[in-house]
Amino acid sequence: MEIPYTTQARPDTGIYNAKVGIWLFLASEVMLFGALFSSYILLRVGALPENWPHGLLNIPIGTFNTVVLIVSSITVVMAWASLKMKQFGRFKIYQAITVLCALAFLCIKSFEYHDKFTHYEVWLNKPIPVAHGTEQVQVQRLTGHLEGKPMFMTLAKVKAAGKEKIEFIPDAHHYSEGALAARKHDGEHKVIEIATADIKRLSAFVPAHSTYFAIYFTLTALHALHVLGGALVIGFLFGPGSKMWFTDPERFTNRVEVSGLFWHFVDLVWIFLFPVLYLL
Amino acid sequence: MSDHSDVSKHIRGYLIIGATLIVGTVLTVLASYVDLGHHWNIVLALIIATVKASLVALFFMHLISEKQMIYTVLGFTAFFFLGLMFITIAAYNDFPALTTTR
Repeated sequence: MEIPYTTQARPDTGIYNAKVGIWLFLASEVMLFGALFSSYILLRVGALPENWPHGLLNIPIGTFNTVVLIVSSITVVMAWASLKMKQFGRFKIYQAITVLCALAFLCIKSFEYHDKFTHYEVWLNKPIPVAHGTEQVQVQRLTGHLEGKPMFMTLAKVKAAGKEKIEFIPDAHHYSEGALAARKHDGEHKVIEIATADIKRLSAFVPAHSTYFAIYFTLTALHALHVLGGALVIGFLFGPGSKMWFTDPERFTNRVEVSGLFWHFVDLVWIFLFPVLYLL
Repeated sequence: MSDHSDVSKHIRGYLIIGATLIVGTVLTVLASYVDLGHHWNIVLALIIATVKASLVALFFMHLISEKQMIYTVLGFTAFFFLGLMFITIAAYNDFPALTTTR
């Protein structure tokens, strides 16, 4: 069966069908991410300021990943423009760069996730003295790393292992000090010992840690799934799908345009996610 | 894009937009290190993000010269999205007083 209007504009819409289709899909995606952004806003304004983490994500890495996505957005539009100018060789190069950028983004993101899974907050029953920045202060909550960098450790697991104490390397600052203070890494990073009996709660930066990390992982994982989906489609159009160029070049160009529209949307979502989750 | 014959003329434009987006990213990061009072930091970051998103939508997604059909679809999207954000803000102003402690 012949699929209608793959290249010809449909008279009533004035465009080929796939383009109407992708825009309707993107409209639904706007509402999907919009709903989650709305959740983010309400979770954030509903949280006590000192309970909303700051400075725990790696800003240079986040910035680099943003640039990676922007570069891939440029190459996606250049790939389409190359086909418009009948330069199939150039299309292949741009398309390959896009796929590599997508994979680089996912790679970097998974390293970031791993960093969160090995980074902890500990809540204590009573305040203890810790080197905080350059001075000694009494604190009841501190963030840092466990000796040996285990993943997903909890108080229950520490108790189950029969450990009397944990070896903890505190960060220089706690996020409750505010967004800018939390980014500083001054002071010494010495191992301190905390008795298991003194610990009220121990959590890695996983969704269960706080509403911030719950919405962080929901938003970034959903976004990463979109990157993965886009990479599969763009990879297909780079590889086996590109055979269509020799039989129906116009239809192939339209496929590339439609996949590009999706990719730009994924970039667009990240443009909002990056400042909202990393910087504010 | 309605007229495909002059794609080559747009290439330079795409590169300029791309460079602007990267500059915008650097600006966002730098701006976040300046303490403007927390609310103004949020406003500034969202303004930069909106400008960047508009550049992507207008030029990379060709919304600057699209067919009426697409604008109609996006008109509905904008209406419902803004409606959602309006409800969000309305809900914020109707929040019960914070009674929990850490």
